[in-house]
Amino acid sequence: MQSKEEILDQLIELIRPYAEEPIVLSEQTRIIDDVGLDSMKVMELVMQIEDCFDVSVPLNILPDVNTIGEFAKHLETLLQDS
Amino acid sequence: MTTLLEKFRPLEEKRAALVASSGEDPFHVIVERVVSATESVVNGRKVIMVGTNNYLGLTFDSDCVAAACKAAKEEGTGTTGSRMANGSYAAHVALENELADFFNCPAAIVFSTGYIANLGVLSALTGPDDVILMDADCHASIYDGTRLGAAQVIRFRHNNPADLEKRLQRLGEKASRTLVVVEGIYSMLGDRAPLREIVDIKRRYGASLLVDEAHSVGVLGEHGRGLAEETAVEGEVDFITGTFSKSLGSIGGFCVSRWPELEHMRYAMRPYTFTASSSPSLIASTRQALQVLSRGVELRRKLWNNATRLYQGLTEMGFDLGPEISPVIAVKLPVSIEGDPILLWGELLSQGVYVNLVLPPAAPGGCSMLRCSLSAAHSPEQIDVVLKAFAVVSAKLKLEHRT
Repeated sequence: MQSKEEILDQLIELIRPYAEEPIVLSEQTRIIDDVGLDSMKVMELVMQIEDCFDVSVPLNILPDVNTIGEFAKHLETLLQDS
Repeated sequence: MTTLLEKFRPLEEKRAALVASSGEDPFHVIVERVVSATESVVNGRKVIMVGTNNYLGLTFDSDCVAAACKAAKEEGTGTTGSRMANGSYAAHVALENELADFFNCPAAIVFSTGYIANLGVLSALTGPDDVILMDADCHASIYDGTRLGAAQVIRFRHNNPADLEKRLQRLGEKASRTLVVVEGIYSMLGDRAPLREIVDIKRRYGASLLVDEAHSVGVLGEHGRGLAEETAVEGEVDFITGTFSKSLGSIGGFCVSRWPELEHMRYAMRPYTFTASSSPSLIASTRQALQVLSRGVELRRKLWNNATRLYQGLTEMGFDLGPEISPVIAVKLPVSIEGDPILLWGELLSQGVYVNLVLPPAAPGGCSMLRCSLSAAHSPEQIDVVLKAFAVVSAKLKLEHRT
């Protein structure tokens, strides 16, 4: 089971290639407003996260996810439940 | 002060920029007059319609038109309410029986559109403890159906059975409460689902399978029952949804199932319960069209000949197309030529050919596309006109690129 920090670091590495401009990614970075992902890219990212963490990530959680930190928190819960 | 309508400003700005760059609004084309199943008047001139999904050309079938006229005269123009409130007309029930017979299924439900069929079935069939595992390229009605329901929603990579299996495996015990959703022919790229492999996987994991055959009914299979018939897996598909607005030439949707319990779902589907039922004329023409479709071997032969003629011609011209010959032919345009897709579309229109312009994110893979759909009613000569238009436009654009 990965630690909270490990989950966050891995998530940041998965999101980094999507950044349109080189920006510093942190817990507070907003995935759509700051990184610039559109809805289709968010969907692709979810599948990559599923494969990287070997966990099911229902699209239903997306309305509650704004920042990378929030996504990491959801992932932590999903990993605990799986 | 911001208002509710403020949010539409970026959309309008984008639309205005499109119109300014091309002189056309590709998403607000006025069809001034319909001439036939394959021709209409647009911008004051007759054009060949190559984007109507009118696969068998039945919108102008004389028996279908006569049936619609007769029903309108005898039963009126509309039902003015839902079937649960106002009652089902005998013809609604007759069409359901005829669909059940056609698909060799014990149960069928008719909906007011194909979109509503997916909304109703997906939202009612799965609940909070269930999972919908859908192909990433599924139609918007499937995405919207999942949003109306409460199930967990997971996507798998388009037409990738290994990716589907990986995700089903991950679900563990939940796999048996999972509905896998795929399409017979995908509406944008025109490719078929690898249904035999998908059926094999869903069987091994005890999942259920829904196939949306909107673009494949009337098009695939000896009797026109779609991809499930073509791949001989009808007994393994749990639910089939579809539409009347393509091969059947009217408006409406349906679901058939090998499970008689589908009948119980009728009372649990809000999109069914709270929508006015289809008008008598629509039901009457659909019933007639279903008869034509079921005997439509010759129509299907013509359709596939036309599809092959266009696909091969466009391939020879060097266009990048969808992965297989299909009545839906996607001409994919390079991402780098921003602005040009609309000009190319406009050029085709000025050459007398109407196709669907598809811009990101509607097209898979982030590219723009000129989407063609063929009809059995197209003549080989019309296909040649379409090819000529693509050739002229292609050459013209290359010329422009050089200057």
